[in-house]
Amino acid sequence: MAFDAEVSDRNDGVAVLHLSGQLDGQAEAAMTAAHDQLLTQGASAVVLNFADVGYINSSGIALIVQILARAKADDRPVRAVGLTDHYKHVFEITRLSDFMTMYETEGAAVKGTATLTR
Amino acid sequence: MAGRMRRWRDARQERRRRPDADDQDAGTTRIDTAPVDIAPDDPALVHFQNAGGPVDLDAIGFESPSVRTLRAAGVKLVVPLVAQGELIGLVNLGPRLSEQDYTSDDRKLLASLAGQAAPALRVAQLIRQQETEAVERERIAQELRVATLIQQHFLPQQLPQPDDWQVAALYRPAREVGGDFYDFVELSDNRLGVFVGDVTDKGVPAALVMASTRAVLRAAAQRLVDPGSVLGRVNDEVQPDMPDKMFVTCLYGVLDLDRGTFRFANAGHNLPCVGFDGGGSRESKATGMPLGMMAGMTYEEAEVTLDPGDTLFLYSDALPEAHNPAGAMYGFPRLVEQVGAGPAGAGLIDHLMADLEDFTGSDWEQEDDITVVAIQRATVAAPMPTDPDTPSGRRLLKRFTVPSGPGNERLALQALEEFLDEVDMDEVQVQRLRTAVAEATMNAMEHGNDNRPELLVEVEVFAEPAALLVRISDTGLGDQVTADMPAPDIEAKLRGEQSPRGWGLFLIQEMVDDMKVYATDDRHTVELVMALNGGSDGV
Repeated sequence: MAFDAEVSDRNDGVAVLHLSGQLDGQAEAAMTAAHDQLLTQGASAVVLNFADVGYINSSGIALIVQILARAKADDRPVRAVGLTDHYKHVFEITRLSDFMTMYETEGAAVKGTATLTR
Repeated sequence: MAGRMRRWRDARQERRRRPDADDQDAGTTRIDTAPVDIAPDDPALVHFQNAGGPVDLDAIGFESPSVRTLRAAGVKLVVPLVAQGELIGLVNLGPRLSEQDYTSDDRKLLASLAGQAAPALRVAQLIRQQETEAVERERIAQELRVATLIQQHFLPQQLPQPDDWQVAALYRPAREVGGDFYDFVELSDNRLGVFVGDVTDKGVPAALVMASTRAVLRAAAQRLVDPGSVLGRVNDEVQPDMPDKMFVTCLYGVLDLDRGTFRFANAGHNLPCVGFDGGGSRESKATGMPLGMMAGMTYEEAEVTLDPGDTLFLYSDALPEAHNPAGAMYGFPRLVEQVGAGPAGAGLIDHLMADLEDFTGSDWEQEDDITVVAIQRATVAAPMPTDPDTPSGRRLLKRFTVPSGPGNERLALQALEEFLDEVDMDEVQVQRLRTAVAEATMNAMEHGNDNRPELLVEVEVFAEPAALLVRISDTGLGDQVTADMPAPDIEAKLRGEQSPRGWGLFLIQEMVDDMKVYATDDRHTVELVMALNGGSDGV
């Protein structure tokens, strides 16, 4: 399944990046375009929704690292929702989860206040 | 001229549709002539066309076939219908009922009537003509669609994917579909039958002959061993029913997938050409008459051997016989040279199509169907050195290969799926093994094989009493990742001091219970070990 990344602006400048398909090296163009779009919109926080992502490989992880690096430089929180247990584990061992809080629902991730899942 | 006469008849029909009452009002005797054709060389044609008004038939100073016919039918006065200087019909009148001559007022009235009727009649004729032409165009388009449908239906929907071989093909139809075909027949003993052919005609008839020849060929290929016998049998079967002036050129060969030999026979088709791994190429020759010309033909056989990396190239006429705007032909010498100069395997087809476009220019209208087939014997990693400490309980579950290229790790994952259900691993382990195999395959394709599709990654799955082993091997071409590399540092990556990439090996090590690397000069193997839950043979 081809990769797609769609930006939807929720309340208070929190942008949700809805990812679908396979997050691998071939997702780079779509991922970068969507991320650029939400930066142009001046998002104050970013929620990455992985609910429709079936496969993430090391190239996909590198794309997320790029988003995290940019967010860290701009002091913009990044939150994640919709990860399977397997990919939660992958994000933990790679320590991406130290820089990206994981939530159970998109609503909670947008608010950024609900109980953390970790 | 034929068109002019046809229109003349149309005008006569228009006249006949007028109600009888009009004839009575005009005061003329009713006449009923059979259709009158005016031959192109009949002087009456020019006379009527230039008359400029009604013509008294008795006053015509010459004789001609049409004038005689009109007089015989009792016509007294002819009113030519002329539109844009062209005679498009006649209004023929008999004598007046009063037996007096037509008056000058009558003639003026008739001239005025003809002046108004002629353009209207001309428009009606043009519309009818356009309708006829549209029907004809639609008929031709429909025939093209049928021929294309037949053609495409009988081309392979899927190419064979034998282990250690890469098969690529291109069929590019011309506007008017020709009778090209190619196909593959899977034979016993790991052999593959390959044929490429061309029917010497176009459109539906060629497509039908192609379809029946292909069916006979497939059947003969499965029954007979020698390519020469296959073509001989096919020739004898198709010859009696072959339409006049039609025949089929065809090359048929059997590829031994283990030994790399291609034994072929040739019924008047283009010769096969082998592009060698290190560059250069060679044509191989076998002669024989095209199929369907004469019964009882015999076909010579020849054999070529493909070494790993070599590409067998088969093609139809349209490629070598393409012309450039100056009228020069692409030609066989250039084709053979380009097969030797181009890349191997599927890339060779793209290379030749690009070279053809260089030659013909981009607005070339393709003259005939183009059919090309490229079959490459892949370069596989050298065999694994003997493993001194192989436990006695280990058995090979499956061995398969994946061509190198971005995204192809998913092919390895697909092949892996069939074992995962049978193996005693929980969902967590299955997911981790998937990630590890994907990452190891990506490393092998990218670092070991330089992402070159003709270099294959070999995957072997072994079962041991207490573990599942997956070995992923490449040709050891590029810079290898090694097991003792430092773990990626997320903080350094976020600060931009380290590349955001470089997670593959770290992930593999974290996902599996053990990872080993075996390396020789021409093979690099990563072995992944996953402990099985049962402890005994979990498969």
